[in-house]
Amino acid sequence: MSAVLDPIQSPPVAETSAAVALLSHITKRYANGVLALDDVSIALQRGEIVALLGPNGAGKSTAVKLLMGLSAPTSGTVRIFDADPRHAATRLRTGVMLQVGKAPEMLRVREHINIFRGYYPNPMPYADLVRAAGLEGIESRMFGQLSGGQKQRVLFALALAGDPDLVFLDEPTVGLDIEARRGMWAEIRSLAARGKTVLLTTHYLEEADALVHRIIVINKGRVICEGTPAEVKSLGAATAGANTSRTLKVIRCVTDLPTATLLAIRGVTSAELSVSTTVISSTQPERTLREMLAIDQNLHSLEVASPALEDAFLALTKNA
Amino acid sequence: MSTAAMNVPAARSNSFTRTLDIFLTEARYEFVRLLRTRAFSLAVIGFPVIFYLFFGLIMNRGQHVGSVSIAKYMLGSYAVFGMVGAALFGIGGGLASEFSTGWLELKRASPMPPFAYLVAKCCSAAAFGLVIVSILTLMAITIAHVSITLPEYAQMMALTLVGTIPFACLGMVIALLVPFNATPGVINMVYLPMSFCGGLWMPIMLLPHWLQKFALILPTYHLSQLVLGCFGYATAGTPISHWLGLAGFTLVMVGVAAIAYRRLEQNS
Repeated sequence: MSAVLDPIQSPPVAETSAAVALLSHITKRYANGVLALDDVSIALQRGEIVALLGPNGAGKSTAVKLLMGLSAPTSGTVRIFDADPRHAATRLRTGVMLQVGKAPEMLRVREHINIFRGYYPNPMPYADLVRAAGLEGIESRMFGQLSGGQKQRVLFALALAGDPDLVFLDEPTVGLDIEARRGMWAEIRSLAARGKTVLLTTHYLEEADALVHRIIVINKGRVICEGTPAEVKSLGAATAGANTSRTLKVIRCVTDLPTATLLAIRGVTSAELSVSTTVISSTQPERTLREMLAIDQNLHSLEVASPALEDAFLALTKNA
Repeated sequence: MSTAAMNVPAARSNSFTRTLDIFLTEARYEFVRLLRTRAFSLAVIGFPVIFYLFFGLIMNRGQHVGSVSIAKYMLGSYAVFGMVGAALFGIGGGLASEFSTGWLELKRASPMPPFAYLVAKCCSAAAFGLVIVSILTLMAITIAHVSITLPEYAQMMALTLVGTIPFACLGMVIALLVPFNATPGVINMVYLPMSFCGGLWMPIMLLPHWLQKFALILPTYHLSQLVLGCFGYATAGTPISHWLGLAGFTLVMVGVAAIAYRRLEQNS
């Protein structure tokens, strides 16, 4: 897959200047008593793409709403460009894509875009926006006539309408086909390359893995861990039971060996039979493989892979 | 980026003209949106037109009660019926749907001045009111040969613009208090009884005495008396009392809307 994707540019070294967006010791308790965020601190730097990961109800959307000034924290401070997120001047520099059920259906794509462009003194040129969001050819359609993926792309265009320095994207690629998703990823990367900061929430771990510089995992209102996708994966692997996580690999194969035998092999941290394939995690994959191949001459359909972010994510959020 | 600079009109550099521009754009597209939403535009224009045609023109063709032309009297009351419908459905319906889908939240997160949103909704409803009252007036003149002077017409137009405000506020309250899928039903349950009891379908003096008393708290009653006053047909109260009645109702609605909005915001 990495052959298809552009390599991610490493984020610029954190500058000494203040963070672009800052949640500092935020606690948010709703009027109905639900504690959505519990002493959460998040800082976003210029030019960074950051993913907020977490299961449903973890507090992701609450964090985004606080950063946009749509909701006030119970305690703690929110700063965007070192200013109040509710100030008009702050809003001129931010763009947002929310999970909107529907936009007014009887307005054309072109009209929606131009209404939003009108809010900003220096909007992104119309043609650039249409190209960035992949809306060529459907500009004259009513919003109500669009497919789910097309609607999502219009909302993406609205988020970029003001050529903002900080963009919040709440589940941006939901409902997009693979090609459109890749297109949006490329746009998000080019935003970061131009020094813009992007915070996105996503359910697609593949997306976080391929796209972002930094992942912040939150669960039950707390930040569980944060780091590069590689760091989060290894943390998850460590949580899952391995002590030297750097070399952890997942081995899949069809073998007659019982799991008890496999678990006795050096380096193996877990072994599970699912349908006909056995899935083995090992911290010393080369050694494990040599032994397995020696014991079982009939072993076939062998695959060796790095642990997926998904596994790390499940491990991290399960134990929290 | 040099093309970007060329696309930006010089006026944009001035923040006042830009704000004005936002208000105008917002209002224009809200009106266009309502016009294209057939379920809204056909019903809101069609009902007063059909009602007036049947009850005001066909059933009372050319009749007079004393010096009062029935067709002209009914023009005043159905004009109010029309503008109230446009305000209630235009603002209540639109706001409720945009609130429930999260669209309003996206607008709030944008640099759009929040007031532009409400003003746009109000202006579009008022514009529909003007269209409805003009159609009814045209029908009265052409079908029933009612004579309407230019000052009378101008006064009706002015009252349509002002009269939209209390009903816009009522629509806002309904949108904030009632779950989205119940909004059209609730609006009808408020709109139709309020029209009957305020004397829009039947002259107020023909209603039972206790209903006439009850009508004092209805904005439909006060607005219709003001509109009928343009023709010299007002039957009860003084213009001052009607203006106070409308102002009082508006203040109560704004208060309720503010409380309801704060409550919703705390839960979001």
